[in-house]
Amino acid sequence: MTNPPDRSARTGRPGAPTGAVPGAVLKRLAGHRLLWPSLVLLALLLGNLAFTHDFFDIRVQDGHLYGSLIDILQFGAPLILVALGMTMVIATRGIDLSVGSTVAIAGALACEHIAGSADPGSAGTVLGAVAVALGVAVVLGLCNGLLVARLGVQPIVATLILMVAGRGVAQLITDGQIITVRSEGYHLIGGGYWLTFPFAVLLAGAVVALTAFVTRRSALGLLIESVGGNPAAGRLAGIRAAGLLTLVYVFCALCAAVAGLMISSNVQSADGNNAGLWIELDAILAVVIGGTALTGGRFSLGGTVLGALIIQTLSTTVYTLGVPPQTTLVFKAFVVVVVCLVQSPVFRAKMSRRRGRPHTRSTGTADAVGRQQEVRA
Amino acid sequence: MTAPPTPAAPDTGERRPVLEATGIRKQFPGVLALDGVALRLHPGEVHALMGENGAGKSTLIKVLTGVHAADEGTLLVDGRPGTFADPLQAQQAGISTVYQEVNLCPNLSVAENILIGREPRRFGLVDWKAVKRRAAELLTELDLDLDVSSPLGSHSLAVQQLVAIVRAVDVSAKVLVLDEPTSSLDRDEVAQLFSLVRRLRDRGVAILFVTHFLDQVFELCDRVTVLRNGRLEGEYTIGELTPVTLVQHMIGGELATLEELSEQAHEEAAERVAGEPLVQARALGRKGSVEPYDLDIHAGEVIGLAGLLGSGRTEAARLLFGADSADTGQVTVDGKAVSLRSPRHAVAHKIAFCSENRKTEGVFGELTIRENIVLALQAARGWTRPISRAKQEELTRRWIEALDIRPANPEAQLRNLSGGNQQKVLLARWLLTEPRLLILDEPTRGIDVGAKAEIQKLVARLAADGTAVLFVSAELEEVLRLSHRVAVLRDHRMVATLVNDDSVTPDRILATIATGADS
Repeated sequence: MTNPPDRSARTGRPGAPTGAVPGAVLKRLAGHRLLWPSLVLLALLLGNLAFTHDFFDIRVQDGHLYGSLIDILQFGAPLILVALGMTMVIATRGIDLSVGSTVAIAGALACEHIAGSADPGSAGTVLGAVAVALGVAVVLGLCNGLLVARLGVQPIVATLILMVAGRGVAQLITDGQIITVRSEGYHLIGGGYWLTFPFAVLLAGAVVALTAFVTRRSALGLLIESVGGNPAAGRLAGIRAAGLLTLVYVFCALCAAVAGLMISSNVQSADGNNAGLWIELDAILAVVIGGTALTGGRFSLGGTVLGALIIQTLSTTVYTLGVPPQTTLVFKAFVVVVVCLVQSPVFRAKMSRRRGRPHTRSTGTADAVGRQQEVRA
Repeated sequence: MTAPPTPAAPDTGERRPVLEATGIRKQFPGVLALDGVALRLHPGEVHALMGENGAGKSTLIKVLTGVHAADEGTLLVDGRPGTFADPLQAQQAGISTVYQEVNLCPNLSVAENILIGREPRRFGLVDWKAVKRRAAELLTELDLDLDVSSPLGSHSLAVQQLVAIVRAVDVSAKVLVLDEPTSSLDRDEVAQLFSLVRRLRDRGVAILFVTHFLDQVFELCDRVTVLRNGRLEGEYTIGELTPVTLVQHMIGGELATLEELSEQAHEEAAERVAGEPLVQARALGRKGSVEPYDLDIHAGEVIGLAGLLGSGRTEAARLLFGADSADTGQVTVDGKAVSLRSPRHAVAHKIAFCSENRKTEGVFGELTIRENIVLALQAARGWTRPISRAKQEELTRRWIEALDIRPANPEAQLRNLSGGNQQKVLLARWLLTEPRLLILDEPTRGIDVGAKAEIQKLVARLAADGTAVLFVSAELEEVLRLSHRVAVLRDHRMVATLVNDDSVTPDRILATIATGADS
């Protein structure tokens, strides 16, 4: 059980000399806020390698990439998208609990559209399905945004409404059934390949890149961080918070809808009951692991992607380790607790203090000696 | 370095300092806040900690009280080495603090605030009757007449401050740290506080007193430690200092010549008021905060708003920015009626506003100096029209230089700056928008003489360049020094508007406040 975190301690050391060329680089690296999420992800991956020897193998078959790492990316793509939207919402000091329902609604609408059309395979049908799903997602996002920004409802309450109602809406759309569709075009979104890569991975990567570009190249990122960091000061500085908040909730719903398309497309069916169930919680967790505080303000898209990958790797690990199904959730929770503790500066300070000075000093000097030798070599 | 030329040496020889810090060093990202600072506190003394903004006073206090850990240096409490991991440990060691900003819970009652964490218990449950009784006793001891069951938030900032001090005193402190306790108190309240401080001193408590009011230092303190730029400047007994030498120690030489400002203001008072007003308020008011008032503001004119704490000064100013929306009246800019429904509308009419609550309504602590400075301009442009990074850096560099913001590092996090430097960043943010009317609410509160003089000079210069300034301050001298006209408020009503010529004195203003009419 404790293997992954234990390994992280051991694997952290060989990593150090690689950055030990100039001390300044190492110092900057140590202070970087993505350091801990990166180390945790690395530790999880290496932990898997210990149990599954071909874990890092990637092979090309029929012009498609295969391998465990590719699987993690592909199955993680929906979570990355949902967490991306969630990051923006959380940066404004909000939260969006309705993303899971939006995932279900988007999948149900798209499948319903395709199942009801005469030619399910045609590009027109698939594009129509995507358009319907995204269009409705905009409306859902507007509902959340207006409740929060215009009516001043607390985000957790405002989005709870749609979280509960949305599941019902998804079931109404599918008539309580699981709609199965056969459409090659639709399958591409979540399960297909393009230029040897899984299409879902490319799509998620493109959305992340576009979001990073827009938030950091325009002033959107700065204004969102201001509104989230200090709403009162933001108002007095003349920021149009209402517009920003609405925009952010619409963006979050759109991300969730695309994730919903991916999920339903991958299994070629829509399940109003279970699609995207609890994904809001995984997304919030991914955001927090990635270093964006729930109190709003500064956000980190890179951190969120790492956080989502950590969670997805964890899910994969559960399967590859063969953890019995009834203990899966407990195992996951345990690792998440460890991950959070490792990232907590308070906890790290306490641990290093408790371990006592002599111990830390000895490892410290050992490290330093190792580094010196490295430099000399 | 620490060797003070004190004639009080025999005194210190007898009694061991209750708190002794030596060689304290504290580094923040991009800022070396303290560098080899020392401080000694003896039982039964009131010790002033003085220095300009950014000299390191707040940081030193936070190190002494366990908020920050020092990077280097030793801390002796009663001669024993002590380091505090958190404020609670410092409190248990007998060091209590009352900060500049009241750190209590406004939603809890006065009694709960005083005794929170130390509630009297009965059968393991909180004995609420005893809580109220004990709180009432403590308040009566200190001549405070308050309803202990009323929520703390329903009282003025001044009263909240006194409650915070009562709480700190009840923690039975060996050392009481008062960080700018008087910056929001009126004269009577200051007197009340001082009598309390003296009583505590006579009981043997060591009191560290941080203030920017020089006269209060000479009135209350026995010994002074002066910091400059994060270093120890020296330790002095009050007898060997005069106000002038103290200021010289603090700012290291040249004394600000503020008298000129005052002369200028008086000479130009009449001519600035002539002509068409830039901004005109007619019957502008808001129920419960300020009664309808008329005010004409001319380009290049400084209007001071004078009045006691809670007289409606701040409220009147906020209406002109749309920070609170008016429910009666009309504002015109250049003769055209405008609607100031929100700050954004005011900004569009080139009106700018620096709130008195710098921390909660002004700065973004998490963001950098650069981001804080460009924010208002960026907000006015909207997110789709970003200011390029190169332009941002150029603007930031220019304003850091113009206002002497320290540290001069555009990427320093704002929360690591001293209060005065945060205020300057806030000013820079608004000056960047080239306002025609600049509303400053208590811009010099809680900042030191040096920065205060700089800000006053800046106001005079802005007015000379044609900016209208509405200047709100609790300090009458400051208002009279800068203003061409003074509007006096009393009980939420604007009772008089005086042209600031030689006949206007602090006494005349006070009389106006007292009687509600200009005599």
